[in-house]
Amino acid sequence: MHPAPSVILFTTLSGLGFGLLFFLGLGMPEVTGKVAFVFYTIAYALGVGGLLASTFHLGHPERAWRAFSQWRSSWLSREGCCAVAALLIMGAYAIGAIFLGTHWTLLGALGASLSLGTVFTTSMIYAQLKTVPRWNMVPLTPALFLTLSLAGGALLAGQEGQAMGLLALAGLTLLAYWHQGDRAFAQSGTTLASATGLGPRGDVRAFEPPHTGTNYLLREFVYVVGRKHAMRLRAIGFGLAILLPLICLSLPISGLLAKHLLAALAVLSHIAGVAATRWLFFAEAEHVVGLYYGKR
Amino acid sequence: MTDLPQTTTRKMGLVIDLDTCVGCHACVISCKGWNTENYGAPLSDQDAYGANPSGTFLNRVHSYEVQPEQGPAQLIHFPKSCLHCEDAPCVTVCPTGASYKRVEDGIVLVNEDTCIGCGLCAWSCPYGARELDLAAGVMKKCTLCVDRIYNQNLPEEDRQPACVRTCPAGARHFGDLGDPNSDVSQLVAARGGIDLMPEMGTKPVNKYLPPRPKDTLARSQDQIDVLSPFLAPVAEDTVGFLGWLDRALEKLPGGSN
Repeated sequence: MHPAPSVILFTTLSGLGFGLLFFLGLGMPEVTGKVAFVFYTIAYALGVGGLLASTFHLGHPERAWRAFSQWRSSWLSREGCCAVAALLIMGAYAIGAIFLGTHWTLLGALGASLSLGTVFTTSMIYAQLKTVPRWNMVPLTPALFLTLSLAGGALLAGQEGQAMGLLALAGLTLLAYWHQGDRAFAQSGTTLASATGLGPRGDVRAFEPPHTGTNYLLREFVYVVGRKHAMRLRAIGFGLAILLPLICLSLPISGLLAKHLLAALAVLSHIAGVAATRWLFFAEAEHVVGLYYGKR
Repeated sequence: MTDLPQTTTRKMGLVIDLDTCVGCHACVISCKGWNTENYGAPLSDQDAYGANPSGTFLNRVHSYEVQPEQGPAQLIHFPKSCLHCEDAPCVTVCPTGASYKRVEDGIVLVNEDTCIGCGLCAWSCPYGARELDLAAGVMKKCTLCVDRIYNQNLPEEDRQPACVRTCPAGARHFGDLGDPNSDVSQLVAARGGIDLMPEMGTKPVNKYLPPRPKDTLARSQDQIDVLSPFLAPVAEDTVGFLGWLDRALEKLPGGSN
């Protein structure tokens, strides 16, 4: 699948933003006033920034409001509804924390669950697609999005204890996702033989494509550039997203400044690592339509 | 809502005969022509006269080579367009309701005025039947020439999809696949029509007729091989200079036998 920068940016940033909103909604940390303002600004910049980035790949961004209408059948529509609901509820909760110095616990819990729901609905957009076996893994694909979002949220919220556990959990989920994903296409049972229905007659080979040039389908679904570096990128992504933040958090350092610098390093490293694994999430995913072109 | 209809009154669709298709691409061209000049956004081309031309097509013809266990390989031309699936994943994923399946005839269509061009329907289609038009920014797909088949302004013989009307080999058939007595349904039953990627669970309406076995004449020896006794090699052993050369070369190391 073509790794569109807007979609990678969106899923990475908004995943972090809604992860942070989840922890803020649960009162972790229980901040008020100016400190709360800084936390919510970061969360909203990530969440809203990601949402806006996602509209860049639309053919008609001005019609994006229509996407709120089909929540009964479409995961993409559910994601839009869930995201706006989470941002509105958490906005009200943030007003209480910043200006009134109070925490409306019930509202916060609702906002937190909606924030997590947004990440879940995002993951289901991909997990629902039978056409991309590497994504069509429930519960592994949603688990991957949720654990990475929660780990990143815990890091941003300064919840060191939870961050350690969640980072480890996200790391294990990432390894499981790669392990299972590498077998997914073969296990789906879809081959050129089933795609053409010519399998019972003999070995089928793509002889000639429909056109000498490229087309939308090949550009969008048969993205093979960079796959040869997949293993190296997996190692880099895993190191930056999981290992380095874990090391930063577990170093026994007492100075406040050093601790803050290490936390900042952990956050930046985590974001870069998640972006790298998210790029792989798309670049490594193979759409069954490639079979018709004799490609994967 | 983009829910699929429980049932459709009719199941209009195509039957494509892989035995008859000669791979001339006339259906591709007539489809591009009709759907550029008539309903909806035209099917645009990018860099049409440049070094890297590409464009939007609703129908494309692939060619496959099939190598049976015995006998020569066969070349099979394979036209592919929207299969108007009963359980169309492209309809339910649509966030705006622009994609829909009609109750009256089962045709899957896109409302180009409400399509946001997110591309998710194309992602969900295993057949590559939908293409995002880069000039218009909306999703394009086969309409089963909905502006031809009911068009009272056209002569009756033209009230079928452009690809069917134009096919010089008669490899494309159009009709109601929900009616077991229709011509197309009987053709599918007689020839053992198949679904593409049945494991995807899309329940395509369009059917493909597998190629008939070819070269059966060659197998009945008494019919075709009357000349074969005369074509047998007349000399198995080489003699003279060539025979000496053959033996001398065989003695050198590095030969295959």
